[in-house]
Amino acid sequence: MTAVTESPQAPLAVRAAVVPEDLASRPSLRETVDQTLAMAWRATKKMRRNPEQFFDVTIQPLLFTAMFAYIFGGAISGSVKDYLPLIIPGILAQTALTTCMAMGTQLREDMDKGVFDRFRSLPIARIAPLAGPALADVIRYMIAATLTILVGIAMGFRPGGGVLGTLGGWLLTIVAAWSLAWIFTWLGTVARSAQAVQGISMMIMFPLTFLSNAFVPAESLPGWLEAFVKVNPVSHVVTACRDLINEGQVTAEVGWALLGCAAVVAIFAPLAVRSYSRKI
Amino acid sequence: MNDNLHPPAPRGDLAVDATGLVKTFGRPGSNIVRAVDGVDLQVVRGEVFGVLGPNGAGKTTMLSMLATLLPIDGGHASIFGVDVVDQPHRVRQLLGVTGQYASVDENLTATENLVLFARLLGHRWPAARTIAADLLERFGLTEAATRQIKNFSGGMRRRLDLAASLISRPPLIFLDEPTTGLDPRTRGQMWDTIRELVAQGSTILLTTQYLDEADQLADRIAVIDAGRKVAEGTPEELKAGVGSSTLHLRLTDRTQTAAAAAVVERALGEAPVLTPEAGGLNVPLANADGAGEVLIALRQAELSITTATVRQPTLDEVFLALTGHHSETSENDTETEEVA
Repeated sequence: MTAVTESPQAPLAVRAAVVPEDLASRPSLRETVDQTLAMAWRATKKMRRNPEQFFDVTIQPLLFTAMFAYIFGGAISGSVKDYLPLIIPGILAQTALTTCMAMGTQLREDMDKGVFDRFRSLPIARIAPLAGPALADVIRYMIAATLTILVGIAMGFRPGGGVLGTLGGWLLTIVAAWSLAWIFTWLGTVARSAQAVQGISMMIMFPLTFLSNAFVPAESLPGWLEAFVKVNPVSHVVTACRDLINEGQVTAEVGWALLGCAAVVAIFAPLAVRSYSRKI
Repeated sequence: MNDNLHPPAPRGDLAVDATGLVKTFGRPGSNIVRAVDGVDLQVVRGEVFGVLGPNGAGKTTMLSMLATLLPIDGGHASIFGVDVVDQPHRVRQLLGVTGQYASVDENLTATENLVLFARLLGHRWPAARTIAADLLERFGLTEAATRQIKNFSGGMRRRLDLAASLISRPPLIFLDEPTTGLDPRTRGQMWDTIRELVAQGSTILLTTQYLDEADQLADRIAVIDAGRKVAEGTPEELKAGVGSSTLHLRLTDRTQTAAAAAVVERALGEAPVLTPEAGGLNVPLANADGAGEVLIALRQAELSITTATVRQPTLDEVFLALTGHHSETSENDTETEEVA
C-alpha cells in the first residue's frame, strides 16, 4: 500500500534473532493483573458504546423494589414500611444475581467474534479475557445496588445500621455479584450459544433467588423447602445484608456469605479458565 | 511432486518444523473427518512459505494447530525449536497471527484496538499509544483512527489486523488467506506490505486459495488437498512439472482462423487449439523460441494479429495435474508475458 512504501519512517521492525530460552514460559502475576486491567478497559469501552447494557441495572431496581414492596408488603409484614427492612436486602441480592447473569451471555457472544482468536493467539494469561469483563461489570453492580437502596430510602426505608452498615451491605452485594458472576462466566464458556446460556442462567437464577429468604421469612415455608432455603448461599448473603443494613453488625452470617462467595469463585473460576482454554 | 528438490535444512534453521500433523473432527462412531491428515511442513527462517489449496483443504486448521489455537491430534510441531504442545506460552511470543476473518474488535476504534493489544503485550499506556499511532500511519489508517471497526471496509480491517499482528514484532508471521474477498487494488496493496515484511527478514507462512498469490509471494509452496500435502516445491518447479508454455494469438480478421491454423501447423508441426468465434489460437510450445517462428510464418502469410502473448502454465493447471480436479477458485487473470 502506498502509505507503507512511501513511508519515511523506519522500516517495520521484526525480531530476527530468537533465543527460545529467553522467553517466559508462563505469564507472571503482575502481567496477569496488567492484562486483566487492559481487558477491563476494553469492556468499559464497549459499555459506553452499548448503553443498553445499563437498562437492566437502572430499570430493574426501580421497578422491582417498588413492585415487590407494594405487592407483598401488606401480606407479609402488615405494611409496606415494615416490609422494607426485609425486602431491600432481598432485592439487593436478587439484583446482584440478575445483573451478573448477563456476564455469561455477553461472554458467549463475545467469544464467537474474531477478536477472541487474537486473544487466544497472544502470549497472555488465559484468565485475563474472563477476569477483565468481570472486573468491568462491577460498575454495573454498583449502579444497581446504589439505585435499589435509594429507591428504598425514597419509599421511606430508614436503615437501622446507619451509613456504615448500609455501605457494608452495599459492598457485600457487589462482592456477591462478582463472585456469582463466575458461575455464569463458566456457563458462557461451555454453552454452545448465547441463547443456551440465557436459558440455563434463568433456570439457575429463579430457584436461587425465590427459594431463599429474600422475599419471605424462611420460617413461613414447609420444612423440606426451609431446609433448602437455609443452605442456599443467596439466603446467607441476604441475611448478612440484613444484619449489616438493619443492625449495623458484622455477624457470623457475613462470614458465611463471604466464605460462600469465595467457594463459588474457587470452584468456577478455574473451571471457566479450563474450558475457555480448550474452546475452539 | 518432488519432495527431494531441496535437501532438508538443518533443524536449527527451521522456523516451523511439523511432522505428521493430524487433526480429526467428529465423534468416534460417527463420521470422523481427518481435516489434516499427516502433513509434514518445514519452513526455513526468512522465507515465505505458501500453503495452497482450495476451500476446506485443511489450511486454516493446520495453521490454528501451529498457533496453539487448536489441540494437535497427532504428530509433532515446533516453532523455532519450541514445542507447540509443551510450551504454548513461549510459542505465542514468537508468532503473529492474522486470521482469515479479521480478528479485531468491532466495537472499538482502530486506535483503541491497537492500544489494547499493545497493553496486553506489556507496553505501558504512553508507549501503547505511540505504537498505535505509528502503526496506523504506516498502514494508511490515520484518518480512520477514531472510527469504530464496524464501519471499516474489508481492506481496512485486514490492514488493521496485520498491523495488530506486528505490535509484538514477531519473527514468524502467519497470514491466513490475507487477501480473500479483497478487490484487486487492495489485494495489490496487501502484497506490497507482505513484501516489505519479507524484506525486513520476517519468516512468513501464508495460506491462500489464490494460485497467483502463492506464485507472486512464496519462495516455496506446499499444495494441500483434502488434508494431505500433494506437492511441494518452488513455483517454477511446480509449473515445470506440468510442462511448456502456451502462445495465445488473436487475429484481426476472425474469418482467417482456419488459414492461420494451417500456417501454424506448418511452422511447428503441431495443430493449435482454436477459438474461432474470437479469432483466437492457443499454440502449445515445446520451447519459447517457437513463438518467434510462428509470428514470422504468420507475417509471411500476410495474416495480421491484434495480440500475441506467451504465458507459463497457471498454478490452476498445476493443481489439475496434481490432484486430478480443478481448484475451486480457478482464475484466468494470471500474469502474462507480452511478446508482441
